[in-house]
Amino acid sequence: MQTEKTYTEDLQNIVGKGNVREATAEDAIEGTAPSLVVEPGSVDEISAVMKLASANGLVVCPRGGGTKTGLGAPPRSVDIVLSTARMDEIIEHVPGDQVVRVQAGVKLEALQQKLAEANQMLALDPPEAGATVGGVVATNSSGPRRFRYGTVRDLIIGVTVVLADGTVAKAGGKVVKNVAGYDLGKLFTGSLGTLGVIADCNFRLHPRPDSARTVAVEVETPQAARDAAQAIVHSQVEATAIELHWGGETRLVSVLLESIPGGIGAKEERARFLLEPFGGVRTLEDEEADNLGPLDPSPVGDEVFVKITAPPAELAAVLESVLDAAGRRDVTARFTGHAGTGVTFAGLSGEEGALVEVVGEVREIRTRSGGSLVVVSAPLSLKQKADVWGPAGDYGGLLRRVKEKFDPGYTMNPGRFVGGL
Amino acid sequence: MERSRLIGAMQEILGPDGVIHEREQLRTYECDGLMNYRVIPDLVVLPESAEQVQNVVRLCYEEGIPFVARGSGTGLSGGALPVEAGVLIVMARMRKILEVDIPNQRVVVEPGVINIWVSQEVADDGYYYAPDPASQIVSSIGGNLAENSGGVHCLKYGFTTNHVTGAEVVLADGSVVHIGGGKAPDAPGYELLGAFVGSEGTLGIATKITLRIVRKPESVRTLLAAFKDTEEAGGAVSGIIGAGIVPAAIEMMDALTIEAVETTVAPGFPEAGAILIVELDGPEAEVASQFDKVIETCEANSASEIRVAEDDEERALFWKGRKAAFGAMGSISNDYYVQDGVVPRTELGTVLKKISALSEEYGLRVANVFHAGDGNLHPLVLYDNDVEGEAERAESLAGDIVFTCLEHGGSLTGEHGIGEDKKKYMPKMFTSDDMNVMQLLRCAFDPHQICNPGKIFPTPRLCGERPGPFHMHPIQKAGLAENF
Repeated sequence: MQTEKTYTEDLQNIVGKGNVREATAEDAIEGTAPSLVVEPGSVDEISAVMKLASANGLVVCPRGGGTKTGLGAPPRSVDIVLSTARMDEIIEHVPGDQVVRVQAGVKLEALQQKLAEANQMLALDPPEAGATVGGVVATNSSGPRRFRYGTVRDLIIGVTVVLADGTVAKAGGKVVKNVAGYDLGKLFTGSLGTLGVIADCNFRLHPRPDSARTVAVEVETPQAARDAAQAIVHSQVEATAIELHWGGETRLVSVLLESIPGGIGAKEERARFLLEPFGGVRTLEDEEADNLGPLDPSPVGDEVFVKITAPPAELAAVLESVLDAAGRRDVTARFTGHAGTGVTFAGLSGEEGALVEVVGEVREIRTRSGGSLVVVSAPLSLKQKADVWGPAGDYGGLLRRVKEKFDPGYTMNPGRFVGGL
Repeated sequence: MERSRLIGAMQEILGPDGVIHEREQLRTYECDGLMNYRVIPDLVVLPESAEQVQNVVRLCYEEGIPFVARGSGTGLSGGALPVEAGVLIVMARMRKILEVDIPNQRVVVEPGVINIWVSQEVADDGYYYAPDPASQIVSSIGGNLAENSGGVHCLKYGFTTNHVTGAEVVLADGSVVHIGGGKAPDAPGYELLGAFVGSEGTLGIATKITLRIVRKPESVRTLLAAFKDTEEAGGAVSGIIGAGIVPAAIEMMDALTIEAVETTVAPGFPEAGAILIVELDGPEAEVASQFDKVIETCEANSASEIRVAEDDEERALFWKGRKAAFGAMGSISNDYYVQDGVVPRTELGTVLKKISALSEEYGLRVANVFHAGDGNLHPLVLYDNDVEGEAERAESLAGDIVFTCLEHGGSLTGEHGIGEDKKKYMPKMFTSDDMNVMQLLRCAFDPHQICNPGKIFPTPRLCGERPGPFHMHPIQKAGLAENF
């Protein structure tokens, strides 16, 4: 195709010959195949690629580590996958300021390793191995530590973005305390590449804890799981994470405690005391604790993986509503979750029609009480039958207006986000 | 709409008590905490419910009348400065705590609720609301939200944005949206709440706000350490942070500030070139061990005196001295200008030296009292308004201070906002593309720019425009509007 060749050459002129290639089957996004994969090496190159794409009506899908390409509805179309793989520089890390500035394509693990040299960490611990910083921001990915440190929105302090028309803009800065201008870093958090390309981000950092211990309680019922989690939430223990693990033989609420060596024992003792009324308590060996991380949201087989949010005190109701809806339809459910913050993940297996019904029923119950259910990953056929995101509430119109201001031509990842944006 | 008809229409919505239109009464609202700028609003309204706010805003929208929301009016950047031909919507009558939900650690309040009331409401349950601006006994939650207020404890606990989890917002066209999850986290969609908090009232009016409350710590320990100068005190701050300790607060006051505070509230602070107040909180064993480390660090940085607060009373005295600092300046100067710059913590020493040099160059005294832990400086430029030209020199000096902050990788404002005061400085920190892209958000929320217009951005563009090289808007070309 003549036109495609022209774009290839134009793109090669921007990013260099070796950094444009034809897409393969592995680059497909939810069954939709792009034509080209482009790897810009700088903000200017991203900008030039975006200008070319938007001027020619080409649809662009940004990609970091590719660990979350299954999140969202299938795209309406894709022409170019814009990979941030070459943007992998840690631009600035001043340990004394406890902030770091990184390009979007830096792998989170690599960043953590680098920060550890200064005894610091970015307090984000999503389960996906290989995720990039930009991808973690774009998908608002978080892990157990959110109980203590919050999520991406709480840690991002600055951002450089490139809009669909190539405009480069920054917001925030490299100081922790800053209220100058609008906080676009937060706006882009979780925007799934639909507003622009995240080129680099600044984060606040935390000191790495000196010592850690995980105390767990074996619970029998959803109510006991809820009550155990609540006992820690409302204590003065200052836990780092409170996690639920429920599936097969396992029914556990685990509590990650971190402190200085002189303080960890007291924390452990206090947590054990608080958990005792709800079941057998034990302190986990490191290896077992490591294995009790949250579920990786890649489906096991044909498993449908959903994220359910609810007020944290409604944990028992969340589990019961899923178990009930699943049980009536011969669907099996396993759970992990951040039991202190109201985020529960469920892996559901069963016949597709039944899974669609379970998703619909649980979503309706959770939405009614102010929560949500999002399908994190699922076979394409299911996504075509069950809305991935669910209803947006009364802010849906506002979401659309934001999208249309930032990307009026729907160049960026169209159709994948809430409400078909 | 004629003014008399507008007054009538507003009275229909709010009753006669809810509308202020006499010029003398309107003057009460001509400025907020920043008194350099004064504008008498056309009309002041005092809604008592979200529905009334919605009806007022809808009327403004239909008539093309700009409006500004105001909380307690304690803002220090002119964020709640009225617009002349506009309506000022004062939220002070909406001050109900609507719901306390301890199991989910959430409180739902109306925007006029005073910051400290939230902590008082949940104190018996063992909780408190963490963001504690120095104005917390008068400033409202709605105003805190608009400005993303900080406070002395945000080093460990974060800012208002980290503690607001949901908001009911009346948009500029009078429609109502609920953004943020409220009690459930991670609502699907863009992080509109994160963008809304700190938008200085330009994106809409919050009529109901959900706040996260925090468990009171098991243990709190506070010390006061005196040093020869701010450099030594700064060394102690670096040492504490470098040891991996995250104190609940680290505050610094320089000699001039100590002098002012001693003249007024007299907390009995030691004579020193600089004082640090360091507070740790958390589990007992952790706090005890880290507190010892803090003392060692202060000693290692040549502290001339270290006082540990023996009880709540003494701790309160330390904080009283710190929180009274701004007001105390009146005792050593007729007037003062509060600056609110931020620098990376490692640049504190250099920037403080430069401030001192600037002070000499301008021949005006500068008192420093600030949140040392997060690099948020509050240089107070002292001047006398009765001396001709001195106010202008003070403003110019304050400007040079904040430019110094920017040169060292900092920000124009850490907690007080851009408002009316600093919008002229925005191009020093952001390119026109940066600001144009921010404007896209504004245009999505408020396409006609009637919601607190003229704040934050020096030259906002019309919402039909795309960012990029400047093009004159068709309305301007036709000579129907001035430069925007």
